[in-house]
Amino acid sequence: MGFSAMRANHKFIAFETIVIKEIRRFTRIWLQTLVPPAITIGLYFVIFGNLVGRRIGEMDGFQYMEFIVPGLIMMAVIQNSYSNVVSSFFSQKFQRSIEELLVSPVPNYVILTGFAVGGMARGLLVGLVVTIMAMLFTDLQIQHPFITVSVILMTSMVFSLAGFINAVFANSFDDISIIPTFVLTPLIYLGGVFYSVQLLPSFWQVVSSLNPIFYMVNTFRYGILGTSDVDIYWAFLILGVFIVVLYGCCIWLLRHGTGIRN
Amino acid sequence: MTIAISIRDLQKTYANGFEALKGISLEVAQGDFFALLGPNGAGKSTTIGVISTLINKSGGAVEVFGRNVDTHVFETKFDLGIVPQEVNFSLFEKVGDIVRTQAGYYGMPRQLAAERTEKYLRKLGLWDKRDERSRSLSGGMKRRLMIARALVHEPRLLILDEPTAGVDIELRRSMWEFLTEINNNGTTIILTTHYLEEAEQLCRNIAIIDEGRIIENTSMKKLLAELDSQTFILDTIDELPESLDFTIDSTPVRRIDEHSLEVTLSAGKDVNEMFSLLDAKGLKIASLRNKTNRLEQLFMSRLNGN
Repeated sequence: MGFSAMRANHKFIAFETIVIKEIRRFTRIWLQTLVPPAITIGLYFVIFGNLVGRRIGEMDGFQYMEFIVPGLIMMAVIQNSYSNVVSSFFSQKFQRSIEELLVSPVPNYVILTGFAVGGMARGLLVGLVVTIMAMLFTDLQIQHPFITVSVILMTSMVFSLAGFINAVFANSFDDISIIPTFVLTPLIYLGGVFYSVQLLPSFWQVVSSLNPIFYMVNTFRYGILGTSDVDIYWAFLILGVFIVVLYGCCIWLLRHGTGIRN
Repeated sequence: MTIAISIRDLQKTYANGFEALKGISLEVAQGDFFALLGPNGAGKSTTIGVISTLINKSGGAVEVFGRNVDTHVFETKFDLGIVPQEVNFSLFEKVGDIVRTQAGYYGMPRQLAAERTEKYLRKLGLWDKRDERSRSLSGGMKRRLMIARALVHEPRLLILDEPTAGVDIELRRSMWEFLTEINNNGTTIILTTHYLEEAEQLCRNIAIIDEGRIIENTSMKKLLAELDSQTFILDTIDELPESLDFTIDSTPVRRIDEHSLEVTLSAGKDVNEMFSLLDAKGLKIASLRNKTNRLEQLFMSRLNGN
């Protein structure tokens, strides 16, 4: 092609290609990627929000259904951002089609950003579906739109990057389900999705404060309901640090070819 | 003379301690059709892996068109097209998407990517399959798809790792024609193959690699000229007698079965003399062929000598 090096517009085309490929992948298998989380979260709304929630009454001054909606949206975004990148990157490693990217002149940061944005696209799409479902059960009023959008984008980015690291180290399909099952799910459930941390004894409040997902869920809840158990600025700082550290780790792994170059 | 690729003292030791490359050095000129031969596990694919940056080397240097692959990562990748030995595309994607996506990785605008995709899928006889999932392709088609994908950015150097393995004869010959055509149009080609007839037919220069070392690096002509004898199998029209008690070129003529015999001639010996002698013995010849491929004979002698 006669390129002396990859110019900015070529890098953008490469980035766009990766993102389109990622979106094409998860929309092609929509029955596996989009429908199950919508059904699962829909069941949470029906069972916990509607049936059980009526007996629980109010939480932090809100109907229980209203209270859990932000956490459930966030849960869908976290799980889907993570699982999109981990499964897509690992299956490309497994089928060796990742070599298509590795032999091409795409810089590592473009590869990483492409996969991360692909993961965010799925996370946010599922989040949107869940939000629409939530609107069938409750009147959703967003109190702080900028905070709501910022925190969901940043959280989605954090878990896309985390999924990338998991995929880099994974050697089998078991390895890509261990972290979501044994680490991510407990952290989400204990991250204040279903309850206010004020209900916990002080010791467990301190333990909860060590869970990064607790900050994300509460900041998102603040954006929608205007109430939170955490300091919003502190939460954004944590999210920012996570993004920078995880992005740096991913670039280091790509540069060293960990798990992908012999 | 422009050098398409220069490899100097290339070494690779895997984590388990296996020394796959023990300091190989090699140069391939621009426009060459070069064969890299060697038995299984000799280091051919490792060499290609290092050139394509899929394998981290332990030592040495690789330059593509004068630029070091470590310091000019992006420039050298534009010059390189790699066709690997094993299928390495997603089996769930459509044929057209695979090639178009690769074009996108090279920063090609959508229109150009679509044109190139059509051009190379047509050239490789896959245009009709563009909307099919790649898993539905036959083995030969999958290999052709990898060639189309490697060519979509029109590299100056194309490296093919056993592109015709497991491909039927008709398809293999059409691939030879295609590769010859793109070589004639200026693309430098490096080929690894187990079909020595293929290397002899296509390649002008050759290197033989064994146990991580280059044991021969010369032109095909020079190498073949080193053959000191050739053995022919001749099929006769009439049935042969039970025993043949005569010699040609001081070597006894051997009866194989009632319609075929074996004759060994030293290098440079006139084949017409052989026919005259056989004719004088009343033997009418229907056809003649080499007992083994000439390159195969030399290849085996080099490996045995190593």
